[in-house]
Amino acid sequence: MDSQAIANRTVESHPTEAHEHPSYLRHHFVTVEQQRETVSFGMWLFLLTEIMFFGGLFMAYLLYRNWYYDAFVSGSNTLSIPLGTTNTLVLILSSFTMAMGVYSAETRNRKGLIRYLLLTIVLGLAFLGIKTVEYHAKYVEHHIPGANFSVEDFVHPSDPRDRPLAPDMAQHAQIYFFLYFAMTGMHALHMIIGISILFVLLYQAYHGAYVNGHSSTIDNFGLYWHFVDIVWIFLFPLLYLISRHHL
Amino acid sequence: MHFISPVLWQFLVRWLNNSALFPPEASAISTDVDAFYLYLLLISAVGLVAVAILIFGFSIAYRKDRNPVATQIEGSTLLEATWTIIPLALFMICFVWGALLYFRIYDPPTNAMNIYIVGKQWMWKAEHPGGQHEIDSLHVPINRPVQLTMISQDVFHSFSIPAFRVKREVIPGRYSTVWFEATQVGTYHLFCTQYCGTNHSAMIGDIVVMTPGDYQSWIAGSTSGSSLAQNGERLFASLGCNACHSGQASARGPNLAQVYGSRLQLTDGSSVTADDAFLREAILNPSTRVTAGYAPIMPTYQGQVSEEGLIDLVEYIKNLNSNYRVQQTLTASQAEPGPASSAGAGSSGNQTQSRQTPGKAAQKAPGTVKQ
Amino acid sequence: MSTIVSLPNQETATLPKVNYLNNGYGLKSWLLTSDHKRIAILYLMSITVFFFLGGSFAGLIRLELLTPMPDLVASDTYNKLFTMHGVIMIFLFLVPSVPATIGNFVIPIMVGAKDLAFPKINLLSWYLYVVAGIFLVYALVNGGVDTGWTFTTPLSTHYVNTHVITAALGVFIAGFSSIFTGLNFIVTIHRMRAPGMTWFRLPLFCWSNYAAAILMVLGTPVLAITLVLVALERLFGIGVFDPTKGGDPLLFQHLFWFYSHPAVYIMILPGFGVISEVISTFSRKRVFGYTAVAFSSVAIAVFGFFVWAHHMFIMGVSNYSALVFSLLTMLVAVPSAIKIFNWSATLYKGSITFETPMLYAFGFVGLFTIGGLTGVFLGSLGMDIHLTETYFIVAHFHFVMVGGMLMAYLAGVHFWWPKMTGRMYPESMSQLAAVTTFIGFILTFFPQFILGYLGMPRRYHAYPPEFQVLNVLSTAGATVLGVGYLLPMLYMPWSLKYGKIAGSNPWQATGLEWQIQSPPLTENFVETPVVDHEAYDYEWLAHKTQHEVTTVG
Repeated sequence: MDSQAIANRTVESHPTEAHEHPSYLRHHFVTVEQQRETVSFGMWLFLLTEIMFFGGLFMAYLLYRNWYYDAFVSGSNTLSIPLGTTNTLVLILSSFTMAMGVYSAETRNRKGLIRYLLLTIVLGLAFLGIKTVEYHAKYVEHHIPGANFSVEDFVHPSDPRDRPLAPDMAQHAQIYFFLYFAMTGMHALHMIIGISILFVLLYQAYHGAYVNGHSSTIDNFGLYWHFVDIVWIFLFPLLYLISRHHL
Repeated sequence: MHFISPVLWQFLVRWLNNSALFPPEASAISTDVDAFYLYLLLISAVGLVAVAILIFGFSIAYRKDRNPVATQIEGSTLLEATWTIIPLALFMICFVWGALLYFRIYDPPTNAMNIYIVGKQWMWKAEHPGGQHEIDSLHVPINRPVQLTMISQDVFHSFSIPAFRVKREVIPGRYSTVWFEATQVGTYHLFCTQYCGTNHSAMIGDIVVMTPGDYQSWIAGSTSGSSLAQNGERLFASLGCNACHSGQASARGPNLAQVYGSRLQLTDGSSVTADDAFLREAILNPSTRVTAGYAPIMPTYQGQVSEEGLIDLVEYIKNLNSNYRVQQTLTASQAEPGPASSAGAGSSGNQTQSRQTPGKAAQKAPGTVKQ
Repeated sequence: MSTIVSLPNQETATLPKVNYLNNGYGLKSWLLTSDHKRIAILYLMSITVFFFLGGSFAGLIRLELLTPMPDLVASDTYNKLFTMHGVIMIFLFLVPSVPATIGNFVIPIMVGAKDLAFPKINLLSWYLYVVAGIFLVYALVNGGVDTGWTFTTPLSTHYVNTHVITAALGVFIAGFSSIFTGLNFIVTIHRMRAPGMTWFRLPLFCWSNYAAAILMVLGTPVLAITLVLVALERLFGIGVFDPTKGGDPLLFQHLFWFYSHPAVYIMILPGFGVISEVISTFSRKRVFGYTAVAFSSVAIAVFGFFVWAHHMFIMGVSNYSALVFSLLTMLVAVPSAIKIFNWSATLYKGSITFETPMLYAFGFVGLFTIGGLTGVFLGSLGMDIHLTETYFIVAHFHFVMVGGMLMAYLAGVHFWWPKMTGRMYPESMSQLAAVTTFIGFILTFFPQFILGYLGMPRRYHAYPPEFQVLNVLSTAGATVLGVGYLLPMLYMPWSLKYGKIAGSNPWQATGLEWQIQSPPLTENFVETPVVDHEAYDYEWLAHKTQHEVTTVG
């Protein structure tokens, strides 16, 4: 009798394994601990992928900033520091509420979890709202690269503190704005995805999930949310702050 | 063989008659490249034979019929080290040899004659300094280093002459160079090897290597009447460059005489050598690198001058030893604006005049200029 | 000639009553499955479709090149043919080939797990693959793409009027499919190993797939963002890669090759793993220098990230960076040489038999050796100038990718076929296929090395007449090669019904996957295995078999 037959026989004698596991333990994991570690490891790896994804954009930013320094400076001068700072604060606050959400899930505090998830959603939406205002301003000022773009603001700046750019350099401000929109757009896309997931989590938390000791989904979403936050912490100084002539 | 397939036989005979395992060796570098190729073939053959002996030898010696039970062996650090170090050493020889060749192929000698190449979908345009233009062909003299300064007008192309063993990407927006010294008279293939769109495979041409005598008569026979520098001079005047680059102390633009090859201080504190690429960039993106002491007021000529025009301008500035002719074109164009003035400036009468200091030339009234 | 195949008595043997194949019927049980084995089968079927689609383009290309004149198809059509051949073969066949089919099937079993770490993401990865395929087929039937698989800017962004964005999106999606596969493998190998399964007891197949997965996870996102930039530039006319608008086309080259060079190792590393398994099994011997082979995979993955600019030696990278990249390229060639010698040494004092997987593996070793050594030609700076962008490079990467990877893939499919289906493929037919493939391959691609040195540029629709002889040889070889690839398409489906019952371990191999029934149960193992032996421990296997015979028989 070969091993195959043995396998067959064993299967017949043990039709299905007894349901001694908690319901949230997926069938292919042995222990809850293993499942938790696995999922968290997967999340970190995914974030590594995300870093490489943004890395390509940062690479392009560094190259062109080096080439067209003046255009990048003038471009960043047109961004609103108050709005950018507010957004940074909003995001940091949302990271805090997210962390509190994770804490609430761990301490099995359903109300706290719902409250903090809701707050995180509100702050995330606030960030996107402010971002929309900024995008709209760019549209009005003809700073969106492409057909709508006008070099007028850079060749003849209205603010006397701004150095006027030569027309060819002013054209290169398009590259700055392209990178600005690509980078903040990618970041906003990650925010939108994050907020959509938050709504799902909120719905599930409302129905009592994640407060039974199994909160690794919340933990891992928290990692994602902090990652998106950290990307902004890099974007904000690179796009808004460094080398400005004036604040 | 010819009993089996007469057609295939014909092919093989034709192929062997042309002994086509190597392209012709028609440049100074080609024998060196071939020598390196033979070395690489040799180590490949050694490696392949070694692996083949091991695989076939062991397969025969230790097939199950002969050796029913395998002997388990963990491994051997000594052997691992051996087959790490030997290939590494062989590859390092390749690296050094290859690097030496690379530096020779891509670093032109200073005495090389320069020809400009413009690649565009789907043709090669060669521009000789004397003003001779060629399309899809390039005439060069034998035994003389020739440097090609190349640029693409649209997409990536690649300028490849297999018989010379040289090739270089022709890139939009920046000059690339390659050089060779032809050693065999004849006509050789020129290929575009970088995929460049629909008619990529039609972007081919001939490299014609000629004896010095033939080359001289070809040069004389295909002249277009004015050299690249002369074309550049005309363009310089018609674009109004001389209005600022007049060479006068009060001029708004830097003095261009003898600027080529010199070291320039820029406003951002760095310094740069004014080579072909810098001159081209200065015309298209003037404010990227502004010479110290000047305001970034120069307009861009992006989209106004073709690559050929840029080559003319670069060639003109390269050959500009004094500002005398700049001022003459300036004063002439003030006297009678229009292309006629620049044509007049190119006439032979001026060339016999002794060089004068810019200051003196500037003081001349238009009427005193000898037309 | 003797054989190691040990099949159960065909008179009485049957397929196991319960297995992953008959656990649920109907389309839904397949399309919504989270079983890694079923997903592997889905992958196997879909990549076979795309392989033959891409292969038919290759056939048309070779037919066109039979004569120097551009007579079979128009230039644009020819350009679309080689573009689609490249895109489909690379992104829809080579990248997922071994990992997504064989790897998906056996890696969880090899490490002693019931499934991959994230079964649903695994299924998502297959759906993304299918969506990517749909995008590419849509681009194809609506007029095709003619940028070359490299999407070179500014050609792809401003100069062609074909479906570049659709194709780029297809590749983007295929990229995420491969990221998810890689992520799943890394996590599974880290966290899902059975008790006793230490890192150095893992089969080498796991090591090489692990190394490839690192490259997938870290390299692919860079390609993704690059293609996004290409699509945006094309959509909105912004010049981030366009020199006339201040962009840098070389930046595209750097970003593209930052992925696409490691991609070569994504394609070949899993093949290395297959060869280690096959050579060990059919010589009944532990792989010589296990740790050296394992670490050389990781070394390739690490060095693989730092050699991308060797695709740009003639593009005007500075002389000194060319030096560095050439040096690193030489270094990355060494681990491959180590592997070749270790496989050869594995045969020493073995007890060798020559079943089909072994023949394919021998073919792999020969062709990959040639492919690898010609890579050294191209990594040598001065030689690269003459050889790059010619048929030499075409021959080189086909030797590595087709001669190497496809041989390894076919070796693997034959090797694990009994495990996947429970039935044996017909041995003599498949041996014929292996030999035909090898001969056809050499005939097709060896002449291209000579053509390349003669200077024939790649992607040429028409060529000077003196190159015809070698092109005719190459096309003739392609015919033989085509037959070699079609043969398995005939006998593999046949074997599903008429093949001999394989039993759990027809090759007497040592991997955990051979100790369970074929086809396996949905849960793979009845109880979690406890591993107490090294990989490729044939003495353990002999002892175990003997023990079974004495206790059960």
